[in-house]
Amino acid sequence: MTRILDLAGGSRRLVGFALLTTLVLSLFAVFAPVARADGEAIGTRLLYNEPESGERLPVAGVSFTVQDLSGATIAEGVTDAEGVVELPIPGSGRYGLTIDPETLPPGVFLADPERTSVVVDVLPGKTGRAIFQLVNENEAAVSGIARTITFRQVAQLTVEGLKFGVFLAMAAIGLSLIFGTTGLVNFAHGEMIGWGMLWAYFFNFYGFAGVFGFMKDWPPPFGSGVNLIFAAILATGMGLLFGWAFDKYVFAPMRAKGVSLISAMIVTIGLSILIRYVFLFVFGGVPRFFKDYTAQSGIQIGVIDITPKDLVTAGISVAILIFVGLFLGRTRIGKAMRAVADDRDLAESSGIDVAKVIRFVWVAGSGLAALGGVFIGLSEQVSWNIGFRILLLIFAAVVLGGLGTAYGALIGALVVGIGIQVSTLWIPPELKNLGALILLIVALMIRPQGIMGRAERVG
Amino acid sequence: MPTDLAQLRHEPGVSKPDPILVVDNMRKRFGGIVAVDVDHLEIQRGVITALIGPNGAGKTTFFNVLTGFDTPDEGHTVFNGENIDGAKPHRLAQKGMVRTFQLTKALTKLAVIENMKLGAKYQKGEHFLNALISPIWRGQEGDIERRGDTLLKRFQLGHMRDEYAGSLSGGQRKLLEMSRSLMAEPSLVMLDEPMAGVNPALKQSLLDHVRELKDEGISVVFVEHDMDVVQGISDWVVVMAEGAIIAEGPPESIAANKLVIDAYLGSHHDAPLDFSEEEAILKASDRGGETVGGEEE
Amino acid sequence: MHFVFGVFDWLFILQQSLNEAFDVNAIVFALAAIGLNVHFGYAGLLNFGQVGFVAMGAYGMGLAITLWSLNPFLAILVGVLFAVVFALLLGLPTLRLRADYLAIVTIAAAEIIRLVARSTAMRGITRGAEGLNEFIGPFRDLSPFNPSHDYGFGPFVWRGNQFFAIVVGWILILIFLLLVWQLMRSPWGRVVKAIREDEDAARALGKSAYWYKMQALILGGVIGGFAGMVLAIGNATVQPDFFVAPLTFFFWLVLILGGVGRVWSPVVGSVIFWSLITFVQNLGRQLVDNGYVPTSIMDTSQVDQIRFWIVGIALALLMVYRPQGIFGSREEMALDAH
Repeated sequence: MTRILDLAGGSRRLVGFALLTTLVLSLFAVFAPVARADGEAIGTRLLYNEPESGERLPVAGVSFTVQDLSGATIAEGVTDAEGVVELPIPGSGRYGLTIDPETLPPGVFLADPERTSVVVDVLPGKTGRAIFQLVNENEAAVSGIARTITFRQVAQLTVEGLKFGVFLAMAAIGLSLIFGTTGLVNFAHGEMIGWGMLWAYFFNFYGFAGVFGFMKDWPPPFGSGVNLIFAAILATGMGLLFGWAFDKYVFAPMRAKGVSLISAMIVTIGLSILIRYVFLFVFGGVPRFFKDYTAQSGIQIGVIDITPKDLVTAGISVAILIFVGLFLGRTRIGKAMRAVADDRDLAESSGIDVAKVIRFVWVAGSGLAALGGVFIGLSEQVSWNIGFRILLLIFAAVVLGGLGTAYGALIGALVVGIGIQVSTLWIPPELKNLGALILLIVALMIRPQGIMGRAERVG
Repeated sequence: MPTDLAQLRHEPGVSKPDPILVVDNMRKRFGGIVAVDVDHLEIQRGVITALIGPNGAGKTTFFNVLTGFDTPDEGHTVFNGENIDGAKPHRLAQKGMVRTFQLTKALTKLAVIENMKLGAKYQKGEHFLNALISPIWRGQEGDIERRGDTLLKRFQLGHMRDEYAGSLSGGQRKLLEMSRSLMAEPSLVMLDEPMAGVNPALKQSLLDHVRELKDEGISVVFVEHDMDVVQGISDWVVVMAEGAIIAEGPPESIAANKLVIDAYLGSHHDAPLDFSEEEAILKASDRGGETVGGEEE
Repeated sequence: MHFVFGVFDWLFILQQSLNEAFDVNAIVFALAAIGLNVHFGYAGLLNFGQVGFVAMGAYGMGLAITLWSLNPFLAILVGVLFAVVFALLLGLPTLRLRADYLAIVTIAAAEIIRLVARSTAMRGITRGAEGLNEFIGPFRDLSPFNPSHDYGFGPFVWRGNQFFAIVVGWILILIFLLLVWQLMRSPWGRVVKAIREDEDAARALGKSAYWYKMQALILGGVIGGFAGMVLAIGNATVQPDFFVAPLTFFFWLVLILGGVGRVWSPVVGSVIFWSLITFVQNLGRQLVDNGYVPTSIMDTSQVDQIRFWIVGIALALLMVYRPQGIFGSREEMALDAH
């Protein structure tokens, strides 16, 4: 931690240097204004470093106002797709250009939050240019910008963490139950999430015809896309199918063959790589949004700002998790699942059809993961490699809670979800998953059997 | 029976004239079940002590705790006059307490002779840097190999010396494990159900080998649940039930002990096990090689 | 010289495949897999984050020069130290636990290294996503080969600097193979192999399973670190996004191909792997370039993804049908079931 803080100091100097450059450049802009046919204007172009790719991208939709010497606003406008705004002014002279920081998109900040206005001298017939230095969320975190921790922020991040936590829990329970009943750590579990997410995308946009071209004249959902709600249900169905096929054609034969658990684990890794790169091949590398419910503005609940879609999906997830809990506790097959997880041989000898129970766990676990995937895709974006990114978080959740226990997975997932969101108050968002992974390792040192796990006899 | 045991009273926790192992107030719980609950126990040096008891009596857990494979919740153990609380299994082995396992742990992908050589203590070549320079360890390696060959012959395994241990029969594996433990030159050998799953013909030969250990001055403790097996061979018998020591004495006195008969036939035989007991039993049974779905073997 | 049948430039494909089989990539994979062989093949440790050791070696050596301006030999020592520290960090919490915990922790730890190395916060040290690019000079100064000359024969021709990295790399491979061979015939190797088979049996015979596993983890990790150093010198750069998690499983495939637990297998596996991958990829590229595969199905950039499919399928199939590798015998594997 101290090292990161040290660095922050170093980078603050960097930012200072950048600001100096900005000033020099603005001066330059004053002396080398761009010619403009229809009289004087004042303008700027907004660019920032996209955190994933590092590309410099324009920032659109940011509001600006122009003030004259009296301080009265004489023009206003919004940056276009190129990040450019140019506002006409009545004549040459000294003007102020003011940015409205509230209109900056999420994850983009002013390098100097205090510097919302720039004074520009505009020469006759020219366009005066101002420069507003922007930073992305990581740069902002490193340089200590946007660092005042408010109750509102903490509450907001906690709620977002809870939301992510319940999605994570849906995915994690499957992994944990599969481990509990078969002893297998399924490294392809992340791909079950991706599977659900991508199918929902295809059903949402293209229907079955997205895969089976001959169906394109059929009615929806075969020939064309359907509403995301319906697409999510279909995708969950595909998830159930995936789990069934995975067990029937891969793991049941391996169990019958007596393949060791370690070999089976490596098989799941091989399959996960294969499946993930087939996703890349089919879907492409660029993350995309679903067709429906993407751009929603948040509603205010107390101090929390949450979009209706997040509220609904988190609500559904909670309902499903409660259902799973009741299912495990109350129903015959649920109890059988726990019996197999507790002691396979005892379960078998007391007449439980273990193979059937394992099949059921695969199907249900995969279905839950698929639906979780749809929800994550809706709350973030649809991408081909979500599986691996989420997988490590699921591991963290499941190990934290104790491998093999459903409740442990749930609690672990909530801890991880809240942990990574709230941690962004102190660490750059690009490193937010780091906290969960470090937590995983520390948890193993302190309590290897997990929060909810029992000590097991060794030797 | 050795004369020094003849004078002892036949009651749990009785003091022995020359104990090699002394256990005090040992408890081990799994969840709510008390698997081990031993107030005091002494194991006499130089004799064969049998630890018997019905299934689920906590013998294996007790054994694991004694040999360092499990940590007790409380209690003290003294071995050869030295406190060994919390000692790791390999330390105990280095101090002279070597155990075998109920499910034999022959190292299947090593040759029989390599299995034997592994047992020897204080090998120079087991240190990383020494290992890089053969002359440092080659001489000692030769000595160890000769010792291994001698023991293999004694245990009728000489002809299998260069085979993979995985190709041995179940009984041969038991013999290998016993002879391998002798390579460590132990003062106390702890045998966990050495007769389990061995055919009757081999049983006799195994018993002879156990007797030979005693003749060499090695103390022996072995776990067994079949009372008949212990009759012919043991000098002293310790009986466990529900985690506690319920009786001690020479084999002939044990066979007549009412408490022991009750423990074997008593309270349990008319009432089915309740769930927690069943769990304790299953916990106590060793888990074998895992495959997908936890199928054993 | 071109030797063309139909549309395929077979000679070119063959030449490329042979060349790649001995080039820097193959060396890096062989070294990383030798380390993995020590981990999994001999000590039974499930290391799913070998790429983390490779990254530690590469960054350790690179940073020693860009940050502290050490001489090249000290820089290599720093690379080794980085790998050792990583091994200790991984081993301390996990080596007492079940094997699959080590797997989870190693894969997570390797990803942590990549994320930290490429982060904005570390830009002052690791140069973030750009990676380290200014460390190669002192190593090139050591090279006896003329950078503007070609060295080698037949299809095996490399420029001076590249040739230097390759020579150094193959010497390292030889050294580590000898080291592993010697260790595994020593009593040390016997203990390690015993622990792989049954930890409790080894402990009951007075061997500290924990300590031997730690030694094996460090040794294999350091060899992985050397893989990273060869990679850095060969490519003259250390890029964080090279060290992605699937790479570890490329090493695994290389190891399994050659046969787990055999001294030579990582080298054999790596040579086979790289010639095969290069062959398939070049063939694929030519198929696409010549219109045999319409671009609506696959374009040239997607041809490069084929290797992931091959690795994924091969890993799964080998584990089920030929866990002993292409040359191994079934018998030894069968001993497991008793």
